[in-house]
Amino acid sequence: MNNLLTRATPYLQATPLTLILGFFLALPILLLVLVSFWDYDFAGMYPGFFTFNYAETLGSWVTWRTYGNTLKFAFLVWAITAFLGFWVAYFLAFHIRTTAMQMVLFLVCTVPFLTSNIIRMISWIPVLGRNGLVNSTLVSAGVIDQPIEWLLYSDFAVVLAMVHLYTLFMVTPIFNTMMRIDRALVEAARDAGAKNWQIIWHVILPLAKPGIAIGTIFVVTLVMADFSTVQVMSGGQSASVALMMRNQMSLLQYPAAAANAVVLLVVVLVMVAGILRIVDIRKEL
Amino acid sequence: MTKAASIDIASVSKIYGKTTAVDSISLKIPAGSYCCLLGPSGCGKTSTLRMIAGHESISVGDIRLGPTVVNDLPPAKRGTAMMFQSYALFPHLDLIDNVAFSLTMAGMTKNERRAKALDMLTLMQMEAYADRRPAQLSGGQQQRVALARALITDPEALLLDEPLSALDPFLKVRMRAELKKLQKSLGITFVHVTHSQEEAMALADLIVVMSDGRIEQAAPPREIFERPATAFVARFMGDHNVISGRSAGGADGLAQLSIPGASTFAAMGTASADNQPLDIAVRTDRVRLGGPVTKGLGFTGIVSNIEYRGATVKITCDGAGISDFTAIISDKAFFATTVSVGDAVPLNWDAGDAIVLGRLDA
Repeated sequence: MNNLLTRATPYLQATPLTLILGFFLALPILLLVLVSFWDYDFAGMYPGFFTFNYAETLGSWVTWRTYGNTLKFAFLVWAITAFLGFWVAYFLAFHIRTTAMQMVLFLVCTVPFLTSNIIRMISWIPVLGRNGLVNSTLVSAGVIDQPIEWLLYSDFAVVLAMVHLYTLFMVTPIFNTMMRIDRALVEAARDAGAKNWQIIWHVILPLAKPGIAIGTIFVVTLVMADFSTVQVMSGGQSASVALMMRNQMSLLQYPAAAANAVVLLVVVLVMVAGILRIVDIRKEL
Repeated sequence: MTKAASIDIASVSKIYGKTTAVDSISLKIPAGSYCCLLGPSGCGKTSTLRMIAGHESISVGDIRLGPTVVNDLPPAKRGTAMMFQSYALFPHLDLIDNVAFSLTMAGMTKNERRAKALDMLTLMQMEAYADRRPAQLSGGQQQRVALARALITDPEALLLDEPLSALDPFLKVRMRAELKKLQKSLGITFVHVTHSQEEAMALADLIVVMSDGRIEQAAPPREIFERPATAFVARFMGDHNVISGRSAGGADGLAQLSIPGASTFAAMGTASADNQPLDIAVRTDRVRLGGPVTKGLGFTGIVSNIEYRGATVKITCDGAGISDFTAIISDKAFFATTVSVGDAVPLNWDAGDAIVLGRLDA
């Protein structure tokens, strides 16, 4: 009896997490895959094994163009957040001397996160709109005659809002990695005659790579799965993969949306696998 | 192969806000010598080294390397190289790139710098590991790589910040010998920060004992050992008993020290003015057990502890107003007696083994 309990203990300890992951991760994905092979019409879904959902998804030029558009957003947002994230984290980690001040400034970075995503996104509209803050200021200052049209409801607006929403996801892991860099390495580099930019390029950037990789995974997966920002900030003029799925669901085309979701899942997993191949993040975890 | 630089520290202070880490020290380190900065943690030895290296600004005073005042030069322009306490090897680079780092920074072509780095690794007998990362090496190997990286710039002075503290005791002794050999063969100036007396004694041509940001004594090891200048040095080196009391006059090069209400002792040196505080030091290994106690050169103490150390035995006694008075005697002498804890034993020493200690001017 005692022996049995001893052997069962590890399994019992693993049970809660297994149940949670099973119900909230494995089961939904399983259902998603299952449903993606079903037939449907306007009235209902019909269990079976059909591959035409995938054939339609992958065979449609709309899908390819939407993926192209989403990947473009992902790349632009990634490039800008990585650039901003690196420098913000670098400033916090290497140029703020006291730990207390570092923490204060880092918390300041997180303040926008006290409001919801949607509110932060929508608050751009009065700023960027045709008669918004930016345009009216520029017009009244005489810099431009006509309001700039592309500030809102454009790809520019989408990227701007996403950068605003997601930069912190880049700052946090990079800051975390940078805080672990031994300060003696910077001194050793300086002792070897490295200039400031050489220290950044040859020492700090390579050692911050795991943080950049983790931030990249966050930002890329968030952008790939985004539909609200694209919808609101592009004014419905731009498409994303998740938005396409939402439209299918609102038309009750669940199996088609499921097939689409499986394709997106595979694409994102391949991207993450690619990132993990390039950078070893294990020592950060 | 390289030329050595003398290091001249003139009235240098390091002040952080309101604390003075280094308090107006002056020191001349001859070219090509092995100098150890020795002291407990917080004594200012590391700050001093970092000021020489250029990783810490100098608040007051001048530091010269050879004829050049280096106060405002960046580390790489001083002709010094530093070896860091935890070696600070770049974890993302292999050994060749670690050693070649300064050459890369200077813009040397890849083939040339790799060849030079490999030569330097060969000198350190580390060429077999050239394409490994630092994390794959043992402590002693990492130290050799750190040395190679520091020496590839042909420095005139090598600055070592507690280089042996990360090693286990056995390796410490071995790497110590290698450091000394390396310094002899390169002929450049080494400045080595340590808190281990043993290390300093074994390595240095010049030991600089520091405490509270000031230099207590700067002298060759033998002088530090035989004639500690202050009570701090005598206590820190650990080979002397320090007896504190008040001066009771003296003549013929002998000073009299009195511990009020207890006893008087004689020591070689000049006494301070009557009734002023005075410290004398008695070599622990010259104290004898037994025999009649000569007045002023011994006392009768109660044994409070006996520590067997193999070839020697350490006996701690209290008495005559002195506590924790240590006598180190040979095992043969010890086992010839029947001393045990609690016994009253006569302790005595020769006149030449007690000296008067100086005091730093406050």
